[in-house]
Amino acid sequence: MRSGARLATMSGMLNATREPAATSNGAAGPILVVDDLRVTFSRHGRVVHAVNGLSYQVRPGRTLAIIGESGSGKSVSVRALMGLLPPSAHIEGSARLDGTELVGLDDKSWRAVRGCQIAMVFQDPASSLNPTMSIGAQLIEAIRMHAPLKRREAAQKAIDLLKLVRLPSPEKRLKQFPHQLSGGMRQRVVIAIALSSDPKLLIADEATTALDVTTQAQIMELLVDIQERLGMAVIMISHDLSLAACYAHEVLVMYAGKAVEHAETRNLFSNVRMPYTKALLDAIPQLSTPAHLQPAIVGGHPPDLSALPEGCAFLPRCPSSTEQCRIEPHLAEHEPEHAYACWHPVSRDGSCTGQKEERP
Amino acid sequence: MTDQAVHVAPAETAEPARNGPHTPLLSVRNLVQEYVTRGPGGIKTGVVHAVSDVSFDLMPGETLGIVGETGSGKSTLARAVIQVETPKSGTVRFQGRDLVGMSKREITKVRADMQMVYQDPFGSLNPRWRVADVIAEPLLGHTSMTREQRAERVDELLDLVGLRPETYRHRRPLELSGGQAQRVAIARAVAPGPSLIICDEATSSLDVLIRAQVLNLFEKLREEFNLAYMFIAHDLATVKRVSDRVAVMHLGQLAESGPVEQIYAAPRHPYTRALLDSVPVLDTMTGVVKRPVALPGEPPSPLNPPSGCRFRTRCPRAEDLCAQEEPVRTRVSDRHTVACHFPLTPA
Ligand SMILES: Nc1ncnc2c1ncn2[C@@H]1O[C@H](COP(=O)(O)OP(=O)(O)OP(=O)(O)O)[C@@H](O)[C@H]1O
Ligand SMILES: Nc1ncnc2c1ncn2[C@@H]1O[C@H](COP(=O)(O)OP(=O)(O)O)[C@@H](O)[C@H]1O
Ligand code: SF4
Ligand code: SF4
Ligand SMILES: [Mg+2]
Ligand SMILES: [Mg+2]
Repeated sequence: MRSGARLATMSGMLNATREPAATSNGAAGPILVVDDLRVTFSRHGRVVHAVNGLSYQVRPGRTLAIIGESGSGKSVSVRALMGLLPPSAHIEGSARLDGTELVGLDDKSWRAVRGCQIAMVFQDPASSLNPTMSIGAQLIEAIRMHAPLKRREAAQKAIDLLKLVRLPSPEKRLKQFPHQLSGGMRQRVVIAIALSSDPKLLIADEATTALDVTTQAQIMELLVDIQERLGMAVIMISHDLSLAACYAHEVLVMYAGKAVEHAETRNLFSNVRMPYTKALLDAIPQLSTPAHLQPAIVGGHPPDLSALPEGCAFLPRCPSSTEQCRIEPHLAEHEPEHAYACWHPVSRDGSCTGQKEERP
Repeated sequence: MTDQAVHVAPAETAEPARNGPHTPLLSVRNLVQEYVTRGPGGIKTGVVHAVSDVSFDLMPGETLGIVGETGSGKSTLARAVIQVETPKSGTVRFQGRDLVGMSKREITKVRADMQMVYQDPFGSLNPRWRVADVIAEPLLGHTSMTREQRAERVDELLDLVGLRPETYRHRRPLELSGGQAQRVAIARAVAPGPSLIICDEATSSLDVLIRAQVLNLFEKLREEFNLAYMFIAHDLATVKRVSDRVAVMHLGQLAESGPVEQIYAAPRHPYTRALLDSVPVLDTMTGVVKRPVALPGEPPSPLNPPSGCRFRTRCPRAEDLCAQEEPVRTRVSDRHTVACHFPLTPA
């Protein structure tokens, strides 16, 4: 059994009336507080620093997007919250979910938290479903994992959940197997399983990356709708800056295991300060830019996480770097509600203070 | 330019005359590819209509972007063009010769001029070979180079794709990052001096910065060698960056094709409109966003496409006629064709 077991518990979400969803004006306190989270992996005597002091908070009803290049530590940082890292991982710092400290939890307590309070949806819906079990069996197993429901009651809940994720003809789907569904429908089932536990926090790690743009739009619409109805907090991880900008209240940009820029979405994208974020924005193809545009692109690679250099991790690739950057800049609110880690932020009109050129 | 619908049959006969200075490099007519699905015991259970009557022309040095959802037939079209699979019917004229029905030996010769780059760079590179051998291989069959000349050419190619020869020529594919491996695959495709490269989701698995670099590389090669591309991707913004024209595929058919700027600014086919509306938009100057508008419903099965227009089950403009009659590809302006009974009016 794969995700079903991981994500399961049921606390009667569908029928129970929940407290009204917290609005995004910040009335409710944070449901998740991550403070100086660090994750290292030890391999052949080398220590890989995958997450290097990450701090953020998420409030109910709000969506935080974590963006950054491959290998920047996005998935590791959220897997740490789920207790899904291998034993070779060493976790430090703190992550409190609704007051419960997650770092250092024992296995038994993990099971209580995972599933009934946090649920996760991954990129590949095919691999998070068991190909040999029917949709219904997987969903019912997830539902009954913690809730003492009779089969028939659980089956009814399963149908309700499939309706919630707007899967057409849910009764029929219960008997079908994953391969009989399209990618989009499979992802809906995965979301239904995740929701079966009435999570307070839903983590979507590249949940729509493998889908068509048409299906992605449907799934995102669904997630927003469910979030508003249930007042969940959501962390969405994405490579796609435009997608993050469209759906997140707040955006956190990661580079080499650290947050390098963090602000309200509109604030961040209307006033990008960190050269790395700027580099990402310059690189994304846009529907509106003229064909055959060849923007200057920052070259190089993210640093080796087992041999991080002193100073700013972006230094070797940064077009605005100076000697000063050999001293590490810290993430701080240099402007109201806008935190970034950089000695030479790009200027307000969006241009870089240094010259831009392609580097080998 | 006229908005008056003019039927073109077969599509794009309005092309400039053959054999003139504007002879198409590639001319595909009425291409059909179907796959028979079989159940247990090899019993025929259905026919997948993967590509149904597709026609288009590609000029030398021109890039045709091909977009469409998963399963719309983009890869099948590519495979039929490059003759990895023989199409069920139709013609594929490349440099004036029909490739369909050519002998294997002749096809091998043609492939020097028509190369393909796939999505997964590692899948297309032999893991046991060194980078230099991977790139040199297409040179073995097609040229009478000496070993030294080949080594020199390999270094030139590595340089061209932005990989330092001393550092990379002795590496094996698994010692490369995804972006580096894709560059090696591109160097290999460019090696025999092709005039057409077919890219099937060639940048889809790459990270933003690397993807942008590889897109720039494609553009540079195009300028340098007057390369033509069939650039297949489901990401519409990526396609726009490199294309002159774009063809929108829906369930094995061309819904719309024409100049990329024109189609993105004022699509005439409701499906093109829906695809464009599904893209999340961020204005990087102002931070203003436009949330996608979702197209309701699921794409129909290619095993049993709807009667009439194959888009009608999801189309907001569908009327009775759409179920009864298949729309014919119609020219709406110069090199811009649409297959729809009720095309959108340009804004
Ligand atoms: N089990 C592990 N053992 C050792 N290193 C690991 C392990 N899991 C991840 N890492 C390393 O931790 C770093 C961060 O990985 P992570 O998966 O969080 O990246 P990501 O930002 O999610 O990337 P992507 O966008 O590709 O999903 C990478 O350098 C990765 O190689
Ligand atoms: N070898 C095959 N056998 C059966 N069906 C196939 C085969 N190859 C492709 N198809 C089907 O043909 C249709 C078009 O597929 P494809 O060309 O891969 O689409 P795209 O590249 O646009 O995603 C799909 O329905 C696909 O499942
Ligand atoms: S601190 Fe220096 S090197 Fe780092 S991003 Fe800012 S300018 Fe660039
Ligand atoms: S022919 Fe009819 S159903 Fe098809 S795209 Fe046009 S309006 Fe829609
Ligand atoms: Mg990841
Ligand atoms: Mg394909």
